[in-house]
Amino acid sequence: MAAARALARGVLLGSYSICRSRSLIFNSVQKRGIAACIDPSIGLTDEQKEFQKVAFDFAANEMAPHMAEWDQKEIFPVEAMRKAAQLGFGGIYVNPDVGGSGLSRLDTSIIFEALSTGCVSTTAYISIHNMCAWMIDTFGNNEQREKFCPDLCSMQRFASYCLTEPGSGSDAASLLTSANLKGDHYILNGSKAFISGGGDTDVYVVMCRTGGKGPKGISCLVVEKGTPGLSFGKKEKKVGWNSQPTRAVIFEDCAVPVTNRLGAEGEGFSIAMKGLNGGRINIASCSLGAAHASVLLARDHMCVRKQFGETLSNSQFLQFRLAEMATKLVASRLLLRQAAVALQEGRPDAVSLCSMAKLFVTDECFSICNQALQIHGGYGYLKDYAVQQYVRDIRVHQILEGTNEVMRMIIARSLLSES
Amino acid sequence: MSGRVLVGVKRVIDYAVKIRVKPDHTGVVTDGVKHSMNPFCEIAVEEAVKLKEKKLIKEVVAVSCGPQQVQETIRTALAMGADRGIHVEVSGKDYETLGPLQVSKILAALAKKEQADLIILGKQAIDDDCNQTGQMTAALLDWPQGTFASEVTLDADKLKVVREIDGGLETIKIKMPAVVTADLRLNTPRYATLPNIMKAKKKKIANVKPADLGVDVSSRLEVLKVDEPPQRQAGVKVETVDDLVGKLKEAGRI
Repeated sequence: MAAARALARGVLLGSYSICRSRSLIFNSVQKRGIAACIDPSIGLTDEQKEFQKVAFDFAANEMAPHMAEWDQKEIFPVEAMRKAAQLGFGGIYVNPDVGGSGLSRLDTSIIFEALSTGCVSTTAYISIHNMCAWMIDTFGNNEQREKFCPDLCSMQRFASYCLTEPGSGSDAASLLTSANLKGDHYILNGSKAFISGGGDTDVYVVMCRTGGKGPKGISCLVVEKGTPGLSFGKKEKKVGWNSQPTRAVIFEDCAVPVTNRLGAEGEGFSIAMKGLNGGRINIASCSLGAAHASVLLARDHMCVRKQFGETLSNSQFLQFRLAEMATKLVASRLLLRQAAVALQEGRPDAVSLCSMAKLFVTDECFSICNQALQIHGGYGYLKDYAVQQYVRDIRVHQILEGTNEVMRMIIARSLLSES
Repeated sequence: MSGRVLVGVKRVIDYAVKIRVKPDHTGVVTDGVKHSMNPFCEIAVEEAVKLKEKKLIKEVVAVSCGPQQVQETIRTALAMGADRGIHVEVSGKDYETLGPLQVSKILAALAKKEQADLIILGKQAIDDDCNQTGQMTAALLDWPQGTFASEVTLDADKLKVVREIDGGLETIKIKMPAVVTADLRLNTPRYATLPNIMKAKKKKIANVKPADLGVDVSSRLEVLKVDEPPQRQAGVKVETVDDLVGKLKEAGRI
């Protein structure tokens, strides 16, 4: 686990206590800084603390040392993710009878928050993969669950979620990809945009139009890579999330067996939205992990960097700034964990709470990471320092899984419909 | 041969924490500070679990001495694959003065009670760096010891232990029952998996008091003062070799 591996690395490097600023610069030893008031294990059960510990250890040992390389070389870290799957991270809230870990939404949030400190982009992809596995587990029949879930939970196969199209983002219900029934197959035509993992993944959960206009005409089909008529666009060049490829997914007379449909015709939009409730918790959890790591990095930098004859930690302005960042972090965490509990319990306010959590947490955490970068001064802008990667990686969390504007729509609708 | 292995696990301040000395210089700050299992104890647990997976031993029992919080450490051992735990309750002043001699007496008593064939411990704890408990336990039981183990092979009732010593590697063969202490390169401890963490909840942890084992935990040592290491002094640059020799003579080094 973390400590023995870190000791071993220290022995190999010759001296564990390399000068602190060098280790901050090269991130050679990920200092798991301990700061009591923002400790993410506060209020958790013993079992949850164990889950969190494994996730933190995994993040520190298997992800953090590579996060810069994965970002710069745009590597999709299949081996690291499969190692994570061996620990049960491939289908965290999927039923154990098909290989999942059967944990709660709150357990899941805690795990993704911890993993995210190691690499936001990879953790975000793992969360999308988990969402797809859950959708098949929850809405699929037994044949479908047994066919797809075990391989997804072990990450023998990877999954992608396909809803967005070039012409329909926030207005998801207006999607155009058609699925015309012909005998015992649906013939798909159309294209999906911005698909995470697209081209490298094996199983595509696709929302497509089997019926008339609007949400009621949408169904959910599982399309496997290699199906004739399925092709991919070029790999997009992104500001962040570089450890996962993003491509358009193109269907040209792509025949998909009817037996691959999850649920009934017309249920696709509802399935997609239910998947997204959890997806929003997960994405917000990733933002939280990045913000937590950034607060610690900023704190450590302030204790080391000297200007005007003293360390930055003596500057009242920066002390206040750090305090604000910590307060926003803890407030975000509490809201998010409440939303996770609400979703788990199926409470009537769950959808609104998940939207509020996604909105608040992704916005606040981006602000936290951004301020952490500012506190680093010029060094914050260098790719040698991790803080810029956290900023770049979580920027997109305010956009995908439902833009923060759409989150406001959902919350407003909930408030105004009760009249 | 009962096929039972006792593994000692110690709850220590996490290796990544910056240690601070208490203002009254009686020790280091432990309140509210993150603790975890001693890294060498993790390696010991891993070795025991590996032996069980190879079906060379039957049961792994994790033992820890201390207050209520050490149950977390025992649970981590259970999540890694230990079968059950024993929590030896020591708290307050007794816990502050608990050292290798008392722990080895406790382990020796438990080994006899549980009829253990093998005790695996970490070579030392990262808080006190004593490197004594394994050796003392073996002496109290009059058992052979294989310390600083970087490789352990079990064959019927004999153990082949490759030890890391100053001059290189030493291979010894010892008869069971025996005590082994784990060194860094013995293995790489596994991550607990989510299913194993959940299974660990159902595993039993028994509570025992040192008095029940006939052990007196009072300490014969008294800590007088704890201080931080001295601040590193600035160096001095010299121009010539003669200056260097002069300065060294001044400092009494040559």
